[in-house]
Amino acid sequence: MIRYVLRRLLQLIPVFFGTTFLIYVLVWAVPGDPFSGKCGQTACPQAYVDLMTEKFHLNDNLILQYLKYLGSLFTGDWGETFNGTSVGELIATSYPITLRLALVAVLIEAVIGLTAGVLTGLRGRGFLDNLVLVSTTFLISLPVFVTAIVLQLVLGTELGIIDTSVSDDPSFGELIVPGIALGSLSMAYVARLTRTSIAENRHADYIRTAIAKGQPNSRVVGVHLLRNSVIPVLTFLGTDLGALMGGAIVTEGVFNINGLGGLIFRGIQNRESATVVGVVVLLVLVYLLMSLIVDLLYAVLDPRIRYD
Amino acid sequence: MTDPNLVGGTAVDAAELSRVDDSATETKKPRSLWGDAWRQLRRKPAFVISAVIILLVVLIAIAPGLFSHREAGFSDLTKANQGPSSEAWFGYDNQGYDVYARTIYGARASLLVGVFATILTVVFGSLVGILAGYYGRLIDSLLSRLGDIFAGLPFVLGAIVILTTFNAPGSNPGAVTIIVQVVCSIAVLTWPVAMRIMRSATLVAKQLDYVKAARALGASTPRIVFRHLLPNTLAPVLVYATIALGAAIGAEATLAYLGIGVRPPVISWGVMISDSRDYFRADPHMLLFPGAFVTITVLAFVMLGDGIRDALDPKSR
Amino acid sequence: MRRSRRLWGAAAVVTTLSLVLAACGGGSSSSGSSGEVDPNGTFTVYGTEPQNTLIPTNTNELGGSKAVDAMFAELVAFKGDNAQPYNQMAESITTTDSKVFDIKIKQGWKFHDGTEVKAKNFVDAWNYGAYSPNGQINSTFFENIQGYDDVHPADDNAKPTTDKMSGLVVKGDYEFQVTLKAPFSVFATKIGYTAFAPLPDVFFKDPKAFAQHPIGNGPMKFVSRTPNVDIKLTRNDDYKGQDKVKFKDLDIKIYASQETAYQDLLSNKLDFIETLPPSALAGSKYKTDLKDNLVTGHLLGISAIAVPYYVPGYDNLDLRKAISMAIDRTQITKTVMNDTYVPADGYVSQGIEGYRPAVCEFCKFDPAAAKAAFAKSGFKGKLTIASNADGGRKEPLVAACNSIKNVLGVECDFVPATDFGQWRSIVTGHKLTGMGRSDWSADYPSIEDFLNPIYRTGASSNDSVYSNPAVDQLLEQADSTPDKDAAIKIYQQAEDAIAKDLPSIPVWDEKGVAAKSKHTKTVTLDFRRRADYSSVEVTK
Repeated sequence: MIRYVLRRLLQLIPVFFGTTFLIYVLVWAVPGDPFSGKCGQTACPQAYVDLMTEKFHLNDNLILQYLKYLGSLFTGDWGETFNGTSVGELIATSYPITLRLALVAVLIEAVIGLTAGVLTGLRGRGFLDNLVLVSTTFLISLPVFVTAIVLQLVLGTELGIIDTSVSDDPSFGELIVPGIALGSLSMAYVARLTRTSIAENRHADYIRTAIAKGQPNSRVVGVHLLRNSVIPVLTFLGTDLGALMGGAIVTEGVFNINGLGGLIFRGIQNRESATVVGVVVLLVLVYLLMSLIVDLLYAVLDPRIRYD
Repeated sequence: MTDPNLVGGTAVDAAELSRVDDSATETKKPRSLWGDAWRQLRRKPAFVISAVIILLVVLIAIAPGLFSHREAGFSDLTKANQGPSSEAWFGYDNQGYDVYARTIYGARASLLVGVFATILTVVFGSLVGILAGYYGRLIDSLLSRLGDIFAGLPFVLGAIVILTTFNAPGSNPGAVTIIVQVVCSIAVLTWPVAMRIMRSATLVAKQLDYVKAARALGASTPRIVFRHLLPNTLAPVLVYATIALGAAIGAEATLAYLGIGVRPPVISWGVMISDSRDYFRADPHMLLFPGAFVTITVLAFVMLGDGIRDALDPKSR
Repeated sequence: MRRSRRLWGAAAVVTTLSLVLAACGGGSSSSGSSGEVDPNGTFTVYGTEPQNTLIPTNTNELGGSKAVDAMFAELVAFKGDNAQPYNQMAESITTTDSKVFDIKIKQGWKFHDGTEVKAKNFVDAWNYGAYSPNGQINSTFFENIQGYDDVHPADDNAKPTTDKMSGLVVKGDYEFQVTLKAPFSVFATKIGYTAFAPLPDVFFKDPKAFAQHPIGNGPMKFVSRTPNVDIKLTRNDDYKGQDKVKFKDLDIKIYASQETAYQDLLSNKLDFIETLPPSALAGSKYKTDLKDNLVTGHLLGISAIAVPYYVPGYDNLDLRKAISMAIDRTQITKTVMNDTYVPADGYVSQGIEGYRPAVCEFCKFDPAAAKAAFAKSGFKGKLTIASNADGGRKEPLVAACNSIKNVLGVECDFVPATDFGQWRSIVTGHKLTGMGRSDWSADYPSIEDFLNPIYRTGASSNDSVYSNPAVDQLLEQADSTPDKDAAIKIYQQAEDAIAKDLPSIPVWDEKGVAAKSKHTKTVTLDFRRRADYSSVEVTK
């Protein structure tokens, strides 16, 4: 097991280089140079473009640019944006906020999704099952921006239950509604996955055995059924935390949350490779760690799986 | 998820499965897995209803002219923002477009993008996942980390790069080209999810006795993968696929909103939904009708997927 | 939703009525709350993250100028309500030939660090801005000044021979002389632009540190800045200009989305937003949302559709006429743009001195004439209009395309680009494959700024790649005419000549519709789409 963990940690290194390089190539490949839209309807003075090109090594070939970026990254310098703000600083302020938002979203997914899934899985076909099916499908079929804006308009502007935007350093409470919007798609998936899993395991031999042994119903469901059914859901939730952090661009925009999603989006629009690469590398690392944790949990929860 | 009771090796299931697997070699044609499934499906009302809906949507997509006398491009600004009427069942949008005509004509692109992006994502992701899970070790590490890299890529960045690389900015690619590109971009950027699900399922299924038995008997790798592993790992992927269909239509809307997806004169439900984002309050019918079509279509696919999964899974009989 | 919609409908009638009444009053600012004015209040405005460092010579967009303009006072300023220039820091600006300008500045003005503003602060700042190794984004604003080519060679590879423009001479602590390359009658107006602000001595010691904490001579001084969150300024009590502010703290709050800012404004968390999001405009919702908190202005800008001469088949005057007459401007501005724009009928914005109505004779909707011209043009194929699709740019152009399609029976499609940067690189690279959006907003209020930068051969925003020697000659003649009124007459001749060629098709002028909170008593929207801070009064 320890060897497995070590091996996985070692794998972080090539992935780190692979990702940074890939992102570098992608940002580099976004058409339109960074300064084409900077001066409104007129072209920017060549002197300005030259200075910025020089400062951000934009004239070097891709490999050299990449190496220079890595070099400064290893000295702890994340680079700076075109308006002279330190990228490290930006990430340091945005990262905790996005993490908080993603945690809230995953929590909501887990609580609502699992509850709905377990209830419908145990009851089988019926009114509740159909209700969950239709409502989750409804959430799936709407793009996130629709869900987010409708929530904001109805709960914020019309009913005044929530504020239409969150504060600079939002608390967990403020992030509940944005979390619902962000997690809605995955919530639907969790509910359906749990339902499928429970419905399948309900007729399993070990459940029959447990019932035959005369164990109370709550124990059968709580210990045997849930534990075995929750494994695939857990896999999903774990990796989803990583995915949600990068996928929050729209939700963050709607609720004016100063998070990583907005940083990435602005970085892409301004073609600021330093910002985009910095944030994405961080996201990929989180994603990698989460998938490692999930794989380990998987082995712990399910004795049939062995890593050797 | 695979039924854990098979780990204990209940003889009946394993025997039944192996009989099914060897069906091709027997002279008298037995009831095949698919034949059984079909017989069971026909009796389920949910399946029949969803199949009818899907057929209807497909028909609309193939021949929109049968359902709407107006072209999708029809516009009359003097009628802009009017609600539903006998003349325009779904009302007019902010451009004076007939929402009904556009919803009908939008079916084709939406269905193409939704269905093909899902198929591509799921097939490719599953294949990679099954390989990673089956071979394990180095191949698993390589494929899994590759998946991690793609999963970490921001969708917007990847899509902008892919779609603008193939279309010079400012150019106006044809309908087929742009739909193919949108499908491919969605697939390229979302396959890791399907891969992870498939990989987990394969890891479990690999340990099953009958799989071990098949290996011991010297069955070829493709045979083990397709005959033994696939049927047991299909359920979670199918659940994901039905959801991915809705997500793909949503992703298509996001791309359209960014100006890199489906563009005029091609229309899709995603484009309509994305166009309606500023008009929720003024013209709710702009969102309502295309939204309802997406929901009903996705719902039909979800029910279809559920039915097929139940029918294919020998344990749930 | 259903019930409230009906309510809104009823309210709409009432407010539209009251709006009409208010409009008859004609004021550009409106008064809402009747609360007592709070001289120590805070004014919170919508902001976007500045794209460059907060230095006047490096600030050219709204996000940065909202802060920079309040911190610096230039020689000339423009009145908030009518864009009339007046001397701000300048005591007098005198010239006999529009080539040599003698500028005296007012005494006793101080930078926020206590040092006095002297003539050399202007000269040094302008030299810094023009010097090419400094790479300032506004460097081209100094190009009329003699010696500009020495500090900023036209050839990219050439090194500047000096860092001082020979046209700038300090005559004393409070006087300096500017010599231009050629007579330019609008120069005295042009120096009201942000880039011409003075910079304190401390700037030149460490520009980088200065950018983190700018020190200006304007009505407000810098307090703090948190990237992507806010920029805070506070009142400079020693300020001597006439555009003093009547509140204490200015909080520029950075938003990722206008929609959210607008929602915040409605719930009184934000005091001012200079532009309304498309969702508020939809169905004219803003009129009912805002009632008397609606602020209208006179923006100096114009929207046109460029018809590039380099696109095959587009070098065809009949086609241009046909397209222009096929666009139903009145209907589109009313329905799609919800009265926030008015139809354009010339190449100059309607608020500018020298504007004449109906200069563009082909800018009237005339389906029959359009059809006839189109038949005459013999154009075959498909028309396209390209633009960046974000920020509500798409809808009016889609409507224009539909109008063209319905009248001419020709196919017309909107072609989107992902963002403004990508869009401009298509235009400046001359890669358009059809028509393209070509919007212009003035840097300074002059008819000259609507013609020279767009229609002169090789001009920086000549999106259609238009070239007419007669127009070039008229523009040059007007530039060198010292008398303002005589110059305007010649600029108008140039406009007439342009209108005959239709290099681009004027479509609409933006009125400028902004919103304030109940907490704000008065505010004026200036011609550059900013809150005129000196007009702001907040209540307790």
